[in-house]
Amino acid sequence: MTLTSETGATTAGKTILPTYDDDAPPPQPRPALGRPTPDEQFLRVGTWVSALGLAWLITQQLLPLQGWAWFLVTWFACMLLVTGVTSTISGGWIEARDRIAASIVTAGAVIVGAVLVSAVVFVVLRGWKPLVHLNFFVDDMAGVGPKDPFDRGGVAHAVLGSLIEITIAVIITLPLGIGTAIFMSEVGGRFAKVVRTVVEAMTALPSIVAGLFIYTVFIVALGYPRSGLAASLAIAVMMLPIIARAADVVLRVVPGGLREASLALGASRWKTVWNVVLPTARPGLATAVILGIARGIGETSPVLLTSGNAQFFVTNPTDGVMNSLPLFIYSTVRSGEPNAIARAFAAASVLLAVVLILFVTARLIARPKRTKKTRRGSRPARGSAIDFVQANPLSEMGPVGPQSNPYQQQEYT
Amino acid sequence: MTSLPLQDASTDVRPRTISRKATGVDAVFVHSIRVVGATVLVITGGVGVFLGWQALPTLRRYGWSFFTEASWQPEADVVGIAAVLTGTVCVALVAMSIAFPLALSTALYISEYAPARIKSILVSMVDLMAAVPSIIWGLWGYFLIMPHAADLSVWLDRNFGWIPFFDVHDADPNAAAIDISRYSFSMFCAGIAVAMMVLPMSCAVMRQVFSQTPPGEKEAALALGATRWGMIRSVVLPFGRGGIIGGAMLGMGRALGETIAVLLILSPSFEVKGRVLEIGGNTVSSLIAGRFGDASKSQLSALLAAGFVLFLITLLVNTVAAMIVNRSRSGAGTEI
Repeated sequence: MTLTSETGATTAGKTILPTYDDDAPPPQPRPALGRPTPDEQFLRVGTWVSALGLAWLITQQLLPLQGWAWFLVTWFACMLLVTGVTSTISGGWIEARDRIAASIVTAGAVIVGAVLVSAVVFVVLRGWKPLVHLNFFVDDMAGVGPKDPFDRGGVAHAVLGSLIEITIAVIITLPLGIGTAIFMSEVGGRFAKVVRTVVEAMTALPSIVAGLFIYTVFIVALGYPRSGLAASLAIAVMMLPIIARAADVVLRVVPGGLREASLALGASRWKTVWNVVLPTARPGLATAVILGIARGIGETSPVLLTSGNAQFFVTNPTDGVMNSLPLFIYSTVRSGEPNAIARAFAAASVLLAVVLILFVTARLIARPKRTKKTRRGSRPARGSAIDFVQANPLSEMGPVGPQSNPYQQQEYT
Repeated sequence: MTSLPLQDASTDVRPRTISRKATGVDAVFVHSIRVVGATVLVITGGVGVFLGWQALPTLRRYGWSFFTEASWQPEADVVGIAAVLTGTVCVALVAMSIAFPLALSTALYISEYAPARIKSILVSMVDLMAAVPSIIWGLWGYFLIMPHAADLSVWLDRNFGWIPFFDVHDADPNAAAIDISRYSFSMFCAGIAVAMMVLPMSCAVMRQVFSQTPPGEKEAALALGATRWGMIRSVVLPFGRGGIIGGAMLGMGRALGETIAVLLILSPSFEVKGRVLEIGGNTVSSLIAGRFGDASKSQLSALLAAGFVLFLITLLVNTVAAMIVNRSRSGAGTEI
């Protein structure tokens, strides 16, 4: 070891031991690495407060900018400015950029959260008055005009219609959709590829075009009247590719090792599918189906074209016009009467509650087993003699081919 | 001493033939499931083929003028989708220019900034937002947002009116009494509602791609002294580029087909224009929803043709998006 003395001459190795100062205060423990120090916390809060003051000064005293929107925008701009200045003082330009980027990203997330909360709160608040009347949940709108008070009329017929329509649609799509998914992922072959391509393409079908298709075929060409059945068919046409594709994704993440183990034990392919693949994928399949239902029950456009609009209870889906919740909301809000609009908002709250219940159910079902986990990128090495990736039971093995899109899981939401 | 089994020349030993052909219950299973697949193929493919087949007479009758004609007057035998097509694209572009930054920052926040405890809650909130029906976003946009959006439109017109995009005809933003109705019911207002519908979908795709960023590279960037933003800029964003573009395009594909919010907010007009702040406009889907009721057979064919064109555009956008997302994932060189 060499030391450089004050004169600059280099002297040969001499170790200097640290001396302990007995009067020094006891060493302080280092704060946790991830946690902000008191300094930083003060800086963070101080930035907010000073930006608040600046924003008040600018919007209320200096510039003619009225309204809370301008105040919020100015507050945010001031916050960025103050953050930039303070962090440049303490850490330089790099830290300033880090802090500003964090502020902007957080602000974006906060805006999205605020939008969601505002939509839910706004709908419930505007629809609160009809919601507190019990008859809103048990009556229909027969003989009730748009100006009538809230103690008359209700949306029970629309709820009933929605439930009937979605039930028929699910009865059609569930076996077909899941059957197709089993065909695409368990049987495979060239024909399955064709089916998969077409199904994937048809998920792009706008819902209004699905409704127009049923309208043209079922109502105009075949001459049936507008009915709940036609609406169910339109919803089914819209939901079928969505459910088939979502179920396909879920089935493809069932570990291939499970299938192989079952087949190696001598089970037939049918037994394997029925006793191994489907039970393993059950939570994921349930989630896919429930989210598909949530999407189908909220779609207005196919129903708008096909079901007509009844103001009374209709229990027979083949018997003429039928109402449903989204259609009720749309047609009621169009009338323009304040009472009718309040009713529409109340119906929207009911629809929101239905979707929320479906959503929470889906989450609860999906929770215990995590079969819907996406696999990480690595693909099986094609053409190699021993496929190590396929030997790993934790990695997905699609018999058809490893073409899997990460966005597919989101497709049905 | 080992005794080897003696090969008896008289017995004919051959390896058993291996057949993938299903027998018994399996044959029933495979064939019936194939029938199900074929049924779905017929149904879904049938919709597409039917649309194309129905669109043919209209396309043959009007030729290219179907794409260049702005007005939709079937009684005068003048039918074209130029106006509704530009309207559709305008609304979708407005929606994406609002939804894209919000989706990107929400995805970044969830995957990089959010505390681990609330991460899963945030993810399911985004999913819940995707499940909110479009009619509710329509109500939200119409009653809560539109008054404020109109004020913002006036401000934009006053300060940025020289940009043709923000110009509003027949209205003076500097007048004492501003005609606010000229600024309401516009493609801008409709675009805001549509943005909220497509945002969760884009956000979910982006978040998923971000969460697949190799943790080793992220830690390496942090260990080299990068700040969190430096790490995001040098590792997360380049890795997730495909997901960002693909997610945005998937959202765009959804935005093109949205009906009910647009129908509720936009006041219909048939004019080829890019002035998004001005009242009026139309999209293909709201044209169908508005005109199907009193349509005769030939008009129905024209509507189906419009729907078919919309479907083709959506399909194109979705396919390109899927290709981009797929290609980004196969960038296996980033794997550690």
